[in-house]
Amino acid sequence: MNQSEHHIVPIKTYFKVFISLLLLTLLTVVVARPVSGFDAGIFNAFIAFAIATLKASLVLAFFMGLKYDKKQNLVIFLAGVFFVIIMFAFCILDIYSRIQVTGSL
Amino acid sequence: MTSTSTQADEINYLNHQKGIWSWLTTLDHKRIGILYMITVLTFFLIGGIFAMLLRVELFATGKNIMSAAQYNQVMTFHGAIMVFMVIIPGIPAFLGNFILPLHIGAKDVAFPKLNLLSWYCLVVGAVIAVSSLLYGGVDTGWTFYTPYSIHTNNGTTFVVIGAFVMGFSSILTGLNFIVTVHKLRAPGMTFWRMPLFVWALYSTAVIQILATPILAITLLLIAAERILGVGIFDPALGGDPILFQHFFWFYSHPAVYIMILPAMGIVTELITTFSRKVIFGYKAIALSSVGIAAVSFFVWGHHLFVSGQSELAGIIFSFITMLVGVPTAIKVFNWTATMYKGSIQFSSPMLFALGFLFLFTIGGVTGIILATIAVDVRFHDTYFVVAHFHYVMVGGTLMAIMGGIYYWLPKIFGRMYSEFWARITWVLIFIGFNVAFFPQFVLGAMGMPRRYYDYLPQYASLNRISSVGSWTIGLGFFIALGVIIYAITKGKKAPANPWGGKTLEWTIASPPPHENFLIEPIITAGPYEYR
Repeated sequence: MNQSEHHIVPIKTYFKVFISLLLLTLLTVVVARPVSGFDAGIFNAFIAFAIATLKASLVLAFFMGLKYDKKQNLVIFLAGVFFVIIMFAFCILDIYSRIQVTGSL
Repeated sequence: MTSTSTQADEINYLNHQKGIWSWLTTLDHKRIGILYMITVLTFFLIGGIFAMLLRVELFATGKNIMSAAQYNQVMTFHGAIMVFMVIIPGIPAFLGNFILPLHIGAKDVAFPKLNLLSWYCLVVGAVIAVSSLLYGGVDTGWTFYTPYSIHTNNGTTFVVIGAFVMGFSSILTGLNFIVTVHKLRAPGMTFWRMPLFVWALYSTAVIQILATPILAITLLLIAAERILGVGIFDPALGGDPILFQHFFWFYSHPAVYIMILPAMGIVTELITTFSRKVIFGYKAIALSSVGIAAVSFFVWGHHLFVSGQSELAGIIFSFITMLVGVPTAIKVFNWTATMYKGSIQFSSPMLFALGFLFLFTIGGVTGIILATIAVDVRFHDTYFVVAHFHYVMVGGTLMAIMGGIYYWLPKIFGRMYSEFWARITWVLIFIGFNVAFFPQFVLGAMGMPRRYYDYLPQYASLNRISSVGSWTIGLGFFIALGVIIYAITKGKKAPANPWGGKTLEWTIASPPPHENFLIEPIITAGPYEYR
C-alpha cells in the first residue's frame, strides 16, 4: 500500500475547522426553540439536520482526511449517505402521506 | 490451478501453535473461523432446544410445560439467538472467514486483529444479551416492537445492548471482507475469476456495512428511551411506534439477505462441484447477488402493511418487493441449468444443496404471495408467515450451512466423515423440516395467529404433526453433531481434494498450512473449469 501520498494538513486549518464546529454548535443551540424562541415550523428539523450535516462534512473532509484522499473513498462514503437518504425518504413519504389522510400521526 | 502439497502430517494451522491461549489470541483467519464455528454451534444448540420446547408446549392445547409468560420469553430467546447469534454470523463469520482468503489465494484477511475483535464483539454481545435472564428476561419477540419494548421488564435493555454490540461484529467482518477482496486477491484473480461464494460474501458484506449501523442506532434509541425517557418511538412521549418499525426493518429485511446470500454462494459451489460442470451463467449469478443486495434496501416496508403505514408507501413497497424475485429466480434457473446433463453425484453436501433448492423455492414463492398487500392483510401475523420465513431461513440457510460444513469439513479438519450417517442426517432434517413447517402454511391459511401461547381445538392435529416434525429435525441435527465430532476426532485422514473441486482451497493440503499457500498461486482461468 502506498503511504507516500499522505497529505499533511496545517495546524491552522485544523484550528479553523475546530472554530467552525464550535460556531455551528452555537448556531444549533440558537435555532432551538426553547432557547431563542426561533420557530421555522416544518423546517425546524431540516435546519437542525442541515447544520449537523455541515458539521459532519467538515469532520470528514478535514479531520478524517476525505478531502485529500482518493476519490474512490469519497464515492464509498457517498454510497452510505445515499442509503441513509433512501431510508429517510421512505419514512418521510410514509409519515406525510399518513398525515394527509388522517390529519395526524 | 495445480496441486501444491498433500502431505498430511506436515505443520498446519491446527498444530503450529498449541494451548487455549494460542486460540484466544490467534490472528489466523482459519482459527478465528473455528472459534466462530464453536460459538455459532453452541448457540444453535441452545436456540434449537428452545424451539423444541416451544413445540412441546404447542403439542396440545392449554398449558403443557410452561406458562404463557415463560412461553413469550422462550419464543423471544429462540428468535433472537437464531437470528443474531446463529444465522447472521453463521456463514460469513464461520465458513466465510475460513474459506474466503483461500478462495482468492490470500494468506489471511486484510485486518486480522479486527477479525479477532469481531469474534470478541459477538461473544461479549451474546453474554450481555443472555445476562438479561438475571433481570426478568425479555418477552418482546426478536423484533423488540415499541411501545411494548419500552415498558416491559428491564431484561430488554440488556438484549438490545447485546444486539448492538453483536452488530459491531457483523460490521467489522463485512469491512474486512470488502477490503480483503479488493486488496488481497492473488495475481491473475480478476473479479470475474473469483469463485461465486466470494461474490456472495462480498455482496453480503456491503449489506452488513450499510444496514447494521441503522439497527445499532435504533436499538440504542430504545435503550435511550427506556433509560432516559426520550420520546422517539413511544406515543405517550410524543414518539411514533411505526417509525421504529421503519428503522428496525431497514436493517432487518436486508439482514434476511445477510442470511441467505452467503447460503446461495455455498449452494453455487456445491452444485457446480457435484455436477462436475462449469457453472451456468457465471456473470448472471455474480451480478444477481449484487442485485439482491441492492434491492434488499428498498423493500422493508412490506413488514408494515398492516401496521398503520400509509397506503401509498405500502403500494410502493409491495411493487419493489416483487422485484426481489427476479435476481433470485436467475440464480435458481442457473443452478438448475448447471445440473442439466451434469454428472451429478448425490453426496451429502449435494443432497443439502438440492434440499436448499426445493425448500428455498417454496420459501421464496410464498414470499411473493406475502408481498401482495391484499393477501398479506389476510396472512399477516399468522402461521403462514412463520412457515414462509422458516422455509427461507432454515430450509434455505441452515440447509446450505449443513451442506457447506460437510463439503469443507475435510479441508478444515483434514478428516473425512461417515457419508452414510451424513445422508441419514439429511433424510431426517429434510423430512422433519417439511413435516414441521408445511402444516404451518395450512394453519396460517386457517387463521391461526403466530406467537400465541394457546390455540383453538381445530388447530390441534396440525400442531401435533408440526411438533413431531420439529423433533425429527432436532434428532437430525443431534446426529449431525455426532457425525462432525466423530469425524474430527476419529475420522479417516482426508486427501487434499476429496471432491475433485476446482477452486483454490482444494489445491493445498488438508488441513491447510498456517499461511495457506506455500507458493503464491497465479490464476490463469476461471474457478469452475470442469467441462
